[in-house]
Amino acid sequence: MSGIHVTTKINGDEVQFVCEADESLLDVLRNRLGLTGAKEGCGTGDCGACSVTVDGRLTCSCLVLGAEVDGHDIGTIEGMAMGDELHPLQKKFIEHAALQCGICTPGFLVAAKALLDHNPEPTETEIRFGLAGNLCRCTGYDKIVRAVQAAAEEMNSAKKIQQKVA
Amino acid sequence: MRYESPTSFKAAAELLSKEKGQAFILAGGTDLLVRMRTGFIEPDLVVDIKRIGGSREIKKTESGFKIGAAVSGAELGEHKALKKAWPGVVEAANLIGSKQVQGRCTMAGNLCNASPAADSVPALVAAGAKAVIVGPKGKRKVAVEEIPTGPGKTSLKKGEIVESIILPKRAPKSGDAYLRFIPRSEMDIAVVGVGVNVTLDAKGIVTKARVALGAVAPTVRLVPAAAKALIGTKMEDAALDKLAEACAAACSPIDDKRGTREFRIKVAGVLARRAAIIARQRAGGK
Amino acid sequence: MPLDNPSANTRKYKLVGTRPDRQDGFDKVTGRAKFGADAVAPGQLAGSILRSPHAHARIRSIDTSKAEKLAGVKAVVTRADFPDKTAGDSGLFDILTNIMARDKALYEGHAVAAVAAVSPAVAKQALKLIKVDYEVLPHVTDVDEAMKPTAPVLHPKLFTEGLAEKPKKPSNIARRYEFGHGDVEAGFAKADIIVERSFKTEATHQGYIEPHACLANVSPDGSGELWVCTQGHFMVRDYCARLLGLEISKLRVTASEIGGGFGGKTTVFLEPVALALSRKANRPVKLVMSRDEVFKCTGPTSSASIDVKIGVTKDGLITAADATLRYQGGAFPGSPAEFGAMSAFAQYHLDNVRTIAYDVVTNRPKQAAYRAPGAPMANFAVESMIEELAHKLGMAPIDFRIKNAAREGTRSSYGPVYGPIGLLATLEEARKHPHFKAPLGPNQGRGMAAGFWFNFGGQSCVSLNIPVDGTVTISVGSPDIGGSRASMCLMTAEELGIPYEHVRAIIADTSSLGYNDVTDGSRTTFATGMACILAARDAIKKLCQRAARMWGIPEEAVTWEKGYAKPAGANAGNFPPLSLKEIAAASGGTGGPIAGHHEYSADGAGVSFATHICDVEVDPETGATRIVRYTVLQDAGKAVHPSYVEGQFQGGAVQGIGWALNEEYVYGKDGRLQNAGFLDYRIPVCSDLPMIDTKILEIPNPGHPYGVRGVGETSIVPPLAAVANAVSNAVGVRMTELPISPPRLLKALDTVSLAKAS
Repeated sequence: MSGIHVTTKINGDEVQFVCEADESLLDVLRNRLGLTGAKEGCGTGDCGACSVTVDGRLTCSCLVLGAEVDGHDIGTIEGMAMGDELHPLQKKFIEHAALQCGICTPGFLVAAKALLDHNPEPTETEIRFGLAGNLCRCTGYDKIVRAVQAAAEEMNSAKKIQQKVA
Repeated sequence: MRYESPTSFKAAAELLSKEKGQAFILAGGTDLLVRMRTGFIEPDLVVDIKRIGGSREIKKTESGFKIGAAVSGAELGEHKALKKAWPGVVEAANLIGSKQVQGRCTMAGNLCNASPAADSVPALVAAGAKAVIVGPKGKRKVAVEEIPTGPGKTSLKKGEIVESIILPKRAPKSGDAYLRFIPRSEMDIAVVGVGVNVTLDAKGIVTKARVALGAVAPTVRLVPAAAKALIGTKMEDAALDKLAEACAAACSPIDDKRGTREFRIKVAGVLARRAAIIARQRAGGK
Repeated sequence: MPLDNPSANTRKYKLVGTRPDRQDGFDKVTGRAKFGADAVAPGQLAGSILRSPHAHARIRSIDTSKAEKLAGVKAVVTRADFPDKTAGDSGLFDILTNIMARDKALYEGHAVAAVAAVSPAVAKQALKLIKVDYEVLPHVTDVDEAMKPTAPVLHPKLFTEGLAEKPKKPSNIARRYEFGHGDVEAGFAKADIIVERSFKTEATHQGYIEPHACLANVSPDGSGELWVCTQGHFMVRDYCARLLGLEISKLRVTASEIGGGFGGKTTVFLEPVALALSRKANRPVKLVMSRDEVFKCTGPTSSASIDVKIGVTKDGLITAADATLRYQGGAFPGSPAEFGAMSAFAQYHLDNVRTIAYDVVTNRPKQAAYRAPGAPMANFAVESMIEELAHKLGMAPIDFRIKNAAREGTRSSYGPVYGPIGLLATLEEARKHPHFKAPLGPNQGRGMAAGFWFNFGGQSCVSLNIPVDGTVTISVGSPDIGGSRASMCLMTAEELGIPYEHVRAIIADTSSLGYNDVTDGSRTTFATGMACILAARDAIKKLCQRAARMWGIPEEAVTWEKGYAKPAGANAGNFPPLSLKEIAAASGGTGGPIAGHHEYSADGAGVSFATHICDVEVDPETGATRIVRYTVLQDAGKAVHPSYVEGQFQGGAVQGIGWALNEEYVYGKDGRLQNAGFLDYRIPVCSDLPMIDTKILEIPNPGHPYGVRGVGETSIVPPLAAVANAVSNAVGVRMTELPISPPRLLKALDTVSLAKAS
């Protein structure tokens, strides 16, 4: 087997790697690039723990081949905070105790960010269906939903203040 | 395994037809990668069709819509004109998997995996959709229901690829709907799926209907008797009863981990009624 | 044990009971936290395990020669590499047999051989080259079937224990248990109404999102390291050392962050295999399970078959309660039948009660603990009957429960007499709760249930170190599954009188601390938490000694108050208080580093009770059930970090909801698991649920200085019955089998409407 050379952008940085044809993006991230924030909970797209974005679109990295992402932009949990400033979702997850064991947390955060990017003021039902592809076995989801609601509120009020200033 | 990402359907068809081992088409990959991962298949060649021009486009045409084979569920859901014309088809496609899966999954893939429980297929069949197939011998167009021939089996010949799916222009006073039953509220495979597409006349009488059932037989099934039960009626209770009966009669399901035979038969009728009522509303009936 | 805080009721806390951010939160929201599969070692090999495709088969031979010759394969192990070193310990021998099959494969997925190779692809290829000659045997997976005399016998040497006489023939019944007091027959004779029913529940899996994973590295000198996601790394160390013949002190086990356990990570599966491969290859070996392996080869809980008989007087007093419980625990003895029997009637004050339980083996994976092991299914049966009896009596179910509720002084159904307990408080609070009075819509029903769990104390060892800047590190040996480090820091800071932010907790490896029991039995915040408090007190003693030295006064003349050493009284001298920080800064010159320790085996884990209220809506045409509203009321003794206490309540409730409605192990006729994935093993998703309301009650546990009780497990006990009662109340059909999946409910509804029609 000869490796496939791939050039891509991950969290804004150009990255090159060589992978086997049958290797998933998740395996590439974790095993070749040391980005272990995306987790493998099932390997079959049923748990969402490996969530990433490809060109801004939410997907399970276990359902993408590494070879496919040549020329595309990948977003992972490692790129969510801006320098030392956590994203509001990350802050609210901690504040609201929206994680217990924390294994599903990176996937939830990536999915929640994609949800809010697309729909900044989701209803509780929209949040629940928007995050239905992410399994959490610890929390019963209550505190996760509340954390997303709180983050949305904070982001929206920050936006409104910005708009007023402008 | 080799990975190829050709830039034309012709090149893709050539790669597929020349491959001596196991060759598979990669569109969204939400089924293919699962089957690879679980060891169900071990491809020698995977042909990614997403770099082919037009494969990710939805085109509004004179006669309806042309949907590229690699258009994702999420992209379908964001296409306002398509959603307005074929809400049943779009909602069916949007029921496949999670938001993550929606970012990748395609209707063409859903169709060609040939799962009897594929969500978008009953809606496509009810809509009278056609698939454009490209192969070594050129192009052909077939009704979507002619593609799956059994669980995991299709009528596609070696080297053939579904290039796009064609939806007709929405007729006046017509509407479609798709409903499925799953045990949870999300993330399940349909235990029963029903697609209904109806056209009404000025008085609200059904003039045309197509009803298709999923997950109750080895392939998605178009049920002419169910359509017949609706045609000529205003979908009064008696007509809906007949629809439910016709749907139940058309079922030849199995008992499996997702549901029993008797459950599927009963629920097929229940959902057919509910879907028919939604389709009627969308067609402008009451 | 005597504790010096009799005023737990009235003590005012500065930190305990607040909700600060957890300190490991930052790592967990940024993807930086290292879980089981996230570790790498230079030169590591990839391991992979060959598993039996048969539910029951004799293994005639295993030929690994071709696999060994494959380029890139560095080690292959089979049963031959795991000689029996268990010295007659049958429990340990079962673990050995479970991690690698010996003469027989006892369930689909039973490990038969393992490979370590340069890449996962090579390892996978090597597995295909291993030839196993199986003689397929008849199998049994259902508990009632397995008890029949005609059932295929799994273990020819298994003779039922707990009978008056040793049986003549082996069977699948490993043991009989009996609990109770009074005279059940006499009690039934006094009853006006007697109801008797049988119930069944299917096996469910803990469903942690992180598959088992470990990284083993053994040197030729017999010393080794193991990185592993587990609920108890000391347990892993001891089991692995004993199974492989290593010296315990030479094996250093580090607990990774753990992605959920719920009891399922309280034993070993991969770890001894990884160590054996590493020893043979003389290279680090990483083994990670696939999700399919997790379902097929690790512990789900038992499936159960239960008969319950309860008698009551016309005015609603229970005169007798009797239950027989049959639990299959997979291929080896050890199902939680005993706990089921002990807990079944624990929430009631009963003069006459008896429970009999059978521990049964079948051709399924060996069960592992699952949150309050054994209790939820027993509770489902009993609380369903209680609901039905209340209806028969024309009493409100909550009044019937209150009338018969266990209280302080009640002799429990399993023996001990209760001290102060919170059951009545949760019931009374439930009756007052707005949820209880909220109107119900069409096709909706409300159900409730009260549940019990024992809680556990056990062995803990904690070290507390105070560096010169006056911050504090506590080293604990209990893996933190749900935020326990935050609770440890809160209690330590409370005791020392310093800010929460000044305390940091780490999970120390097995070479740094004395033995700690597994994080289970809801013991960690109680027992390891108490060890933190006691280690802090030990440190305070030393801080006072140093202050005394700094002041030149006797040690006894110094007291500790809110973070400061102070002269004990006017006679001791007049010195300005010394802060912890000041004493720490001077420590180099006053006797060296300051540390506190505590090691013990904790008693006094107070029992725990909860009442749950559930509203459902049923679609009568499809049998689909939706949870509309859910409320948990539970006694926490004292909630150290209320957010994480609520989280335990909510998480347990939702696992129970899954168990009640959709989760189940589905077996084919071939004895193979049909739904070994998250697609068809249907754990609740976010959109299935409403918010889960919680109410924390605090009835202090006299066995803990702050009154803490464990809270982790009780919350999964009542939901099965609460949901089933709600469904039954919505549709008028009593559901006696779980899960109440749509096909099962629709069939029950059809049966009733047919009966009504005729």
